[in-house]
Amino acid sequence: MALHRVWVYGDNVNTDVIFPGKYTYTLKTPEEIAVHALEDLDPAFAGGVRPGDVIVAGRNWGSGSSREQAVTALKYAGVPVIIAASFGGLYFRNCINQGIWPVVCPELRQWVQTGETIEIDRQTNQILAAGRAFAIPSLSPSVQAILDGGGLLPMLQRRFGKVTV
Amino acid sequence: MSGYTFAEKALARAAGLTTARAGDILDIQPDLIFSHDNSAAIRRIFEQTGAPAVVRPERIAITLDHAVPAPTTQHAQNHAEIRRWVQEQGIRHFFEVGRGICHQVISEEALVLPGETILGADSHSTHYGWLGAFGMGIGRTEMAALWATGELWLRVPESMKITLNGKLQRSVTIKDASLRILGDLGVAGGQYRAVEFAGDALSTLTLDERPVLPNMMAEFGAMSAYLPPDQAVFDYLEPRRTRAYTPLYPDHDAIYAAEYTLDVSNLEPQIALPHQPDNVVPLSEVIGQPIQQAFLGTCTNGRFEDLQAAAEVLRGHRVRCRLVVIPASSQVYLRAAQSGVLAALVEAGAAVGTPGCGPCMGNHMGIPAPDEATISSANRNFRGRMGTPEAPVYLASPYVVAASAICGHLADPREFLSDRF
Repeated sequence: MALHRVWVYGDNVNTDVIFPGKYTYTLKTPEEIAVHALEDLDPAFAGGVRPGDVIVAGRNWGSGSSREQAVTALKYAGVPVIIAASFGGLYFRNCINQGIWPVVCPELRQWVQTGETIEIDRQTNQILAAGRAFAIPSLSPSVQAILDGGGLLPMLQRRFGKVTV
Repeated sequence: MSGYTFAEKALARAAGLTTARAGDILDIQPDLIFSHDNSAAIRRIFEQTGAPAVVRPERIAITLDHAVPAPTTQHAQNHAEIRRWVQEQGIRHFFEVGRGICHQVISEEALVLPGETILGADSHSTHYGWLGAFGMGIGRTEMAALWATGELWLRVPESMKITLNGKLQRSVTIKDASLRILGDLGVAGGQYRAVEFAGDALSTLTLDERPVLPNMMAEFGAMSAYLPPDQAVFDYLEPRRTRAYTPLYPDHDAIYAAEYTLDVSNLEPQIALPHQPDNVVPLSEVIGQPIQQAFLGTCTNGRFEDLQAAAEVLRGHRVRCRLVVIPASSQVYLRAAQSGVLAALVEAGAAVGTPGCGPCMGNHMGIPAPDEATISSANRNFRGRMGTPEAPVYLASPYVVAASAICGHLADPREFLSDRF
């Protein structure tokens, strides 16, 4: 059982407001990238986020570009889980491949506000919030294996015999 | 048993299987993979994998297009890193600064063919549906995995059928129809799905018009989009292709998660208002809104006929606001130069840039000041997309971009074309 503080956002939050395109070829280090997370959506986020915080969003979180920094900016900011009513298709794949857990939960957003705390119970696959329990849908075994392995890169490193750092 | 969709057939083929169904998770081997200025970042991920060298370098394409010529030292270093890398790895399909936008260049070079699968580190990789190929965008780490192994996991998407009937009126384009689809069904209308287009309107479209539809489906949340290839596509490919291909078509009894039909015959010019591509209204509702910049170009609407359409509107006029024109490729540029289209644009006051993505995603060559409005022929108008969060971006057809440039406000192109009908 883990407790997480939440940042709550609306529907159709696109990749450009999560991580602006103008930075995609110039910023390289995790620290630089994390600083611009959600820059054009919520300027308070990058300064206020703490490791373990999670995003709770509405429909179509991460629609738009295939840019991975829209996922890694949050990962580098310490966000381990993103919960949304639904995800942009490329964004969902990028989450899995970066080892950040995308949880589809259509109702949660109506029950929580930014700054509140939720519990994620991986044993029972439930989110506990506002005195309620929300089911977490299971992923297919092969996709779950990538996520559990920390993402695509660690899997490749194991395949090519390179020690994971 | 029911039939198969295009996506089911194409992905089964790419996985070396006889059949596959929506929902199946497959390891596929794409026929072509490509990336652009992001190749330097992909290389850095690739290095971390421990893989000795890229596999199948002959099936890799790399274009420099997102910020060309390099606007800063950092961008230049990025390009230099990519040049060293393609040399080192023997990647022959490398396209230098000035050749054009990845989707346009790969189409012109016929590096992907009907029935094939192409994965690109770019969300508008849905583009290749115009050739009857399965095209999908992926992330940088996924591309590094493909360089290392030649394979990637993929869930076969459910399909959605969009039928377009009728014939567009003059100066109303397939861009207007694409915007209408987004306006009707929303940016999540095709979420996780593969879109299949059908209907008698498709065969009336020229080869320059066709890519607009699958390209715009990236804004629809679609994983991929497909137009059934016809003789016009085969004829286009014949002198260019370097391998044989087998086009794939969906079965008549394939299963669709949703269907939608649009008659385009009476469609009016459409426009997407800030800050989402599905914030679409008929142009007539917003005529007169002031703009400070017009941008004609991109993988969506930077082809020869797009420039020609703009020239048709602009001939005999001077623009009242900045007009930035960026041809989608060197071939487009050359054809526009040789046909007099380029001269007409420059005479009207256009500033013409190097083939590439230009200001579309806010890198350079036309970034608006705060509060300056841009009318663009691109596909995406998210807040901050062109580099400035306070700057509104409108999306429309090349005709509308040109007419608005003349007026300095949103304008109906039919006003400038009526005497020539």
